Amino acid sequence: MTTIPLQAYLILALILFCIGLFGALTKRNTIIVLICIELMLNAVNLNLVAFSQLGNNPGITGQVFSLFTITIAAAEVAVGMAILIAWYRHKNGVNVDEMDGLKD
Amino acid sequence: MIEFAWLIPALPLLTFLLLIVLREKLKKASGYVAVLISGITFIVATLVFLQLIDVGNFLMEWSWLTIGSIDISFGILLNPLNGLMLLLVAFISFLIHMYSLGYMDGDQRFSTFFAYLSLFTSAMLGLVMSPNLLQFYMFWELVGLGSFLLIGFYFYKNSAKQAAKKAFIMTRIGDVGLLIGLILLFWQTNSLRFVDIYQAVTNGDMSGGMITLIAILIFIGAIGKSGQFPLHTWLPDAMEGPTPVSALIHAATMVAAGVYLVAVMYPLYMASSLAMMIVAIVGAFTAIYAATIGLVQNDLKQVLAYSTISQLGFMMLAMGVLGYTAGIFHLFTHAFFKALLFLAAGSVIHAVHTQNIKEMGGLNQKLKLTSAVFLIGALAISGFPLFSGFFSKEEILASVWAEGQYGLFIIAIVAAFLTSVYMFRLYFLVFHGESKLTLDKVKPVPMTMKIPMMVLALFAIFSGFFNTSWFGTYIADFLEEGATYLEGIHHGSSIWLMLLATVVSLGGIALAYLIYVKNALNQENWKTSGTYQMLLNKYYMDEFYDNTFVKGSRGIGLGFQYVEKYFVRLIILFIGDLVTTFSRTGSKSQTGQAQTYTAVAFLGLVLFAAVYMLKGGY
Repeated sequence: MTTIPLQAYLILALILFCIGLFGALTKRNTIIVLICIELMLNAVNLNLVAFSQLGNNPGITGQVFSLFTITIAAAEVAVGMAILIAWYRHKNGVNVDEMDGLKD
Repeated sequence: MIEFAWLIPALPLLTFLLLIVLREKLKKASGYVAVLISGITFIVATLVFLQLIDVGNFLMEWSWLTIGSIDISFGILLNPLNGLMLLLVAFISFLIHMYSLGYMDGDQRFSTFFAYLSLFTSAMLGLVMSPNLLQFYMFWELVGLGSFLLIGFYFYKNSAKQAAKKAFIMTRIGDVGLLIGLILLFWQTNSLRFVDIYQAVTNGDMSGGMITLIAILIFIGAIGKSGQFPLHTWLPDAMEGPTPVSALIHAATMVAAGVYLVAVMYPLYMASSLAMMIVAIVGAFTAIYAATIGLVQNDLKQVLAYSTISQLGFMMLAMGVLGYTAGIFHLFTHAFFKALLFLAAGSVIHAVHTQNIKEMGGLNQKLKLTSAVFLIGALAISGFPLFSGFFSKEEILASVWAEGQYGLFIIAIVAAFLTSVYMFRLYFLVFHGESKLTLDKVKPVPMTMKIPMMVLALFAIFSGFFNTSWFGTYIADFLEEGATYLEGIHHGSSIWLMLLATVVSLGGIALAYLIYVKNALNQENWKTSGTYQMLLNKYYMDEFYDNTFVKGSRGIGLGFQYVEKYFVRLIILFIGDLVTTFSRTGSKSQTGQAQTYTAVAFLGLVLFAAVYMLKGGY
């Protein structure tokens, strides 16, 4: 079995993270922004798992940690979606650039 | 018992706190609480005084502040002078608390009145027990505060408000002198304790000029507090306060604090003949100056106020001619008869609701007791033989004569003559002649007001016998015991002086009788004369101050107001606008766009990372 080097995982995670970041910063639709945030989280998860397997100090910690992240991300999305639905009913749209009520 | 002397000022302070906190709950009872505690205070003071007669001296000090090598302490000092003042203040304060029960009955701010009265009593008792000048100064200001609060007690009246302000500001002018003197003393002797100051004077640590300067500066403080010329104008106006206040603060105790201050600092004055001379001249001038004004005033309390100023002048005069015991003795007797006169005046005002003596007359029919005690007070202050004022005034005259100040002696004799004229003018106009009031308007005087008057009347008659050349000079002996620097000064009285004093006193009474009862002299010419107008307007002193100092300061104030308006405000506006513009610009970047914020944050992170990479560390 050929081992895939650590760098490959990291580069994949980097690309994933950049796509996520780009989307989170540029998309108008809040749902897409949320999905992009998920992408970024997953990039991080990938890093955690890769390091736990192939890092200097291999161990189970990174995997456990990524499990936690996935759980938290799920909860966060649930809350985020609830807010979004409430927002949609109120404003009839989910454009992120309209959510600037905190500026006043 | 003497170790508990600190209770004496602490008890009235407790009353003050109690009444201020519980004034809504206690209401009418607050008066009784105040009277009770002031009674206890008087009992403690008496016990302490009795023990002091045996002990002679008592000092208790606690360290308060230590700055470098200088230790500032507070504590209590009891010596014959302090003990006498303590007893006097506690006694009169107790009587006046009792009197106020009747006088202030039904007042909206009954409890507040007693709270203020207790605060004043506490401060005054603390003042006379101070062992150093700093503590003295603090209590000195506190009695000023008590006086201010009580003069302005009817603050809804504009005149009372103005009078309270005037009293505070005028005495403040004197206090500046006192403060400068105090600082100079500290600079010279490195201590503010009275014993150290006496020591420094005896050792000759200070130059003669410095002693004179300090003595005069301290005397300016005494001038302000004791209503001496030229800072006297606040005292007549202070009569806006309730009458018990006038009796306690502006006749018997606080105004005597100036005389007490001179007495406390006496070694300093004895070391400087110039300062002594100034004290004597200011005293003598004030005595005759205020007496002439008192001759023509038509307000019952104003006459008494000018009489107080005049009598304080007598005390100062005595102080200035080495008549230490005579001055304190006069302070002692004056406290009784002047408090009595004010209380009697208060019960007249209480009964007829006016202070104008032209509207009174014939009141001896309705106010028999008041009329009798007023007569006693008037006889005592006029120096009628065997009344208290006779002995003390005669002693002052003896001191002036013994020092060879014949000019001052003549002034004092004339002032004494005028005293009996204006006092009996007052007596005859108020209590004799045709009644100008409908008599059913006269309210009866309650018992709580009668008792203090009767007690004070007894003292007005008999307190002179504590110090006579016939039965023994108890007060003088007692005072000299505590003031060793007085040794060798004795002003024995002589028969001719007593006769002269009697003649002057009787002459004044007779003249007043002729003018105001018999109408023997034509008053019309006198009333239209320029002198009369000048006296009625108090030598235009208030107008003079108004036109010079008040208008002058107003002018300066107006000038600075323009500077403020057109210069300072411009700078302020400019700075304000600058900040506003800056923040407006700043707030533009706050768009509320979460994505922009995130982008900026990310860029920042990148920047940090880049710096970290390039520099290889922070």
